Amino acid sequence: MSNISNTHERAGGNLTAQALREGLFAGLVALGLFVLFVGLETTQNIRNELVLNQRWGLLAIFVIVAAVGRFLSVAYLRPWAAARKAAAAAKPVEGEESFFKRNFSKIAIVALIFYPPIMVMLFGVQGSLKWVDNFGIQILIYVMLAWGLNIVVGLAGLLDLGYVAFYAVGAYSYALLSQQFGFSFWILLPLAGILAAFWGMILGFPVLRLKGDYLAIVTLAFGEIIRLVLINWTEVTRGTFGVSGIPKASVFGIWSFDVSAPNNFAKAFDLPMSSAYYKIFLFYLILALALLTAYVTIRLRRMPIGRAWEALREDEIACRSLGINTVTTKLTAFSIGAMFGGFAGSFFAVRQGFVSPESFVFLESAIILAIVVLGGMGSLVGIAVAAAVMVGGTELLREMTFLKQIFGPDFTPELYRMLIFGLAMVTVMVWKPRGFVGSREPTAFLRERKAVSGSFTKEGHG
Amino acid sequence: MEYFVQQLVNGLTLGSIYGLIAIGYTMVYGIIGMINFAHGDIFMLGGFAALIVFLVLTSVFVGLPVVLLLLVMIAAAMLTASLWNWTIEKMAYRPLRGSFRLAPLITAIGMSIALSNFIQVTQGPRNKPIPPLVSSVYNVFGISISLKQLIIMLLTVILLTTFWYIVNKTSLGRAQRATEQDRKMAALLGIDVDRTISVTFIMGASLAAVAGTMYLMYYGVTVFTDGFIPGVKAFTAAVLGGIGSLPGAVLGGLLIGLIESLWSAYFTIDYKDVATFSILAIVLIFKPSGILGRPEVEKV
Repeated sequence: MSNISNTHERAGGNLTAQALREGLFAGLVALGLFVLFVGLETTQNIRNELVLNQRWGLLAIFVIVAAVGRFLSVAYLRPWAAARKAAAAAKPVEGEESFFKRNFSKIAIVALIFYPPIMVMLFGVQGSLKWVDNFGIQILIYVMLAWGLNIVVGLAGLLDLGYVAFYAVGAYSYALLSQQFGFSFWILLPLAGILAAFWGMILGFPVLRLKGDYLAIVTLAFGEIIRLVLINWTEVTRGTFGVSGIPKASVFGIWSFDVSAPNNFAKAFDLPMSSAYYKIFLFYLILALALLTAYVTIRLRRMPIGRAWEALREDEIACRSLGINTVTTKLTAFSIGAMFGGFAGSFFAVRQGFVSPESFVFLESAIILAIVVLGGMGSLVGIAVAAAVMVGGTELLREMTFLKQIFGPDFTPELYRMLIFGLAMVTVMVWKPRGFVGSREPTAFLRERKAVSGSFTKEGHG
Repeated sequence: MEYFVQQLVNGLTLGSIYGLIAIGYTMVYGIIGMINFAHGDIFMLGGFAALIVFLVLTSVFVGLPVVLLLLVMIAAAMLTASLWNWTIEKMAYRPLRGSFRLAPLITAIGMSIALSNFIQVTQGPRNKPIPPLVSSVYNVFGISISLKQLIIMLLTVILLTTFWYIVNKTSLGRAQRATEQDRKMAALLGIDVDRTISVTFIMGASLAAVAGTMYLMYYGVTVFTDGFIPGVKAFTAAVLGGIGSLPGAVLGGLLIGLIESLWSAYFTIDYKDVATFSILAIVLIFKPSGILGRPEVEKV
């Protein structure tokens, strides 16, 4: 008995000693990492020369946080996590899923339909604007883009780092054609999709032979080429100034949202003038477009072409041996994915009223791809959750004005938005490498449909 | 003709910088099969470390010889960038080793976003200009070669020779090549795979840091977004040369540098990046695994 407690104590002592050692080491590493960048700040003086500004206090905070954090994680967090994992392994797996979990997507769709009226009720017509526009529409655009990219990356297994190019094609198609020829949104929406799909084919042809990371770099290059052409072809695109004054969409031409128009929406219903109605209309528009993307994806997965995509992802050689034409399979994946990007792009143009190449940088492609992967490639619900967490989370940072009271009035949370976004990408990926939803519903099955763990699906070579 | 040779010199200088960065991409890719998107930002970080060390040295010791100044800057940049890359590998990539292919790609992109924004937050978003370090220009047969260009090319040659020696002649290099060929088998034969991978990241970061210092010296200015474009160009260079191949990375870097400066000299400067990327696409159509890359053999 005494023996056991003895070894236990020694283990405890060892653990503390180890934690102390690792904490100290982490502090040293943090010192090395931050001494130049945090300890010293380069600022311009009046004569525009660079001078150094010393911030040793801030550096000390960084080092202490790293050391203490490491110490606590080794001494307490890790044993606790290990104990919890053991406890979870011992517990039997529950067979029945809760009602909420089973009907998650239906509940979510109903909640989204009632989202704008509830926000109007809670915050008033003007107050709802922020919640519908910044959160609702912003998140839904990314959901739609990620679902579109999911067709290429999640289903067909082709790594596309230049998806934002199709978004740009859609946005500029609407912006330029509506300004030059005065076409309405409802004509240009399908047209923008078709044009983007066409560009998807153009990209698809040269990259048919490429695989893996070669494919990734060429798609990245393609995205950059489109952006650089938008910047430099100033006669048509007006370069970095962008295209402004893009006409608004109307409710199928029945009601307009232009203030001067006789069939103005607010006038027709005797409502007070507000831009919120247009935003609420846009919310339903993007919701419908996103749901269309999801519906098409779900239906396509059951059709021969969708099965061919998934077969291509699993094994290209087997796919070819079974007589599937990989050329058309890849091209359709690229063009259908691009088409939804084009739809989203024309929606983006109509929502902003302004497009410029600034909106279509590589970072956007990276964010969309990150959402697809964090959601658990191929899972529509997971992708929607990932978009809400990542985009909504960073939007939420703009709202955190209470932080100003803690860190002083100079503190601007927006500055830290992308820093936190990047770190969140890393943290979530390390915590859940298979994404938020790691299981798959197979479309082809024998007798009984069973969820398959994401670890059994491949991610493709392309 | 003189104009052409002049552009050739400019292109080779730029290409040397791209080549140094590209080696980091290609080595990491070769050893763990992952595109290290944060590598361009490590390059930027190295440039910033050199900048800050430069400011410290010039304010503390006035009138330090330029050679010493440059050497200390390079050393500090190498150390800082190596430490960063080592930490990043440990925290963001190692937990995902053996996971599926896209997971480390996403953490690398996340790290790239985080790093550039970290510099933006801590050092401010504005351009950081420094006074010219070396300004002598030599005139050889009507072609002007600046001392800066000579230093860059000379340093590149020295680093590449050292590097070639390490990879091909030392036991560390042997361990790296073994890990690259078959990680599991290398581990079975007693190679510390984790350590080898860490060392690879450190080596890549050091070369990128030298490139960052050279870039700062050459252009005299740096900014927190500077990691992206040279990073993408270097990555393009690595792919063009055949990713995983070290001579390929250098060749690709030089090619990209040449294409860029010759295109800017004879056509419009606006479309030089379009030209670079288009040539990449065209080369890959005809040689899908790069110029010196080995085609991947698929086993069924």
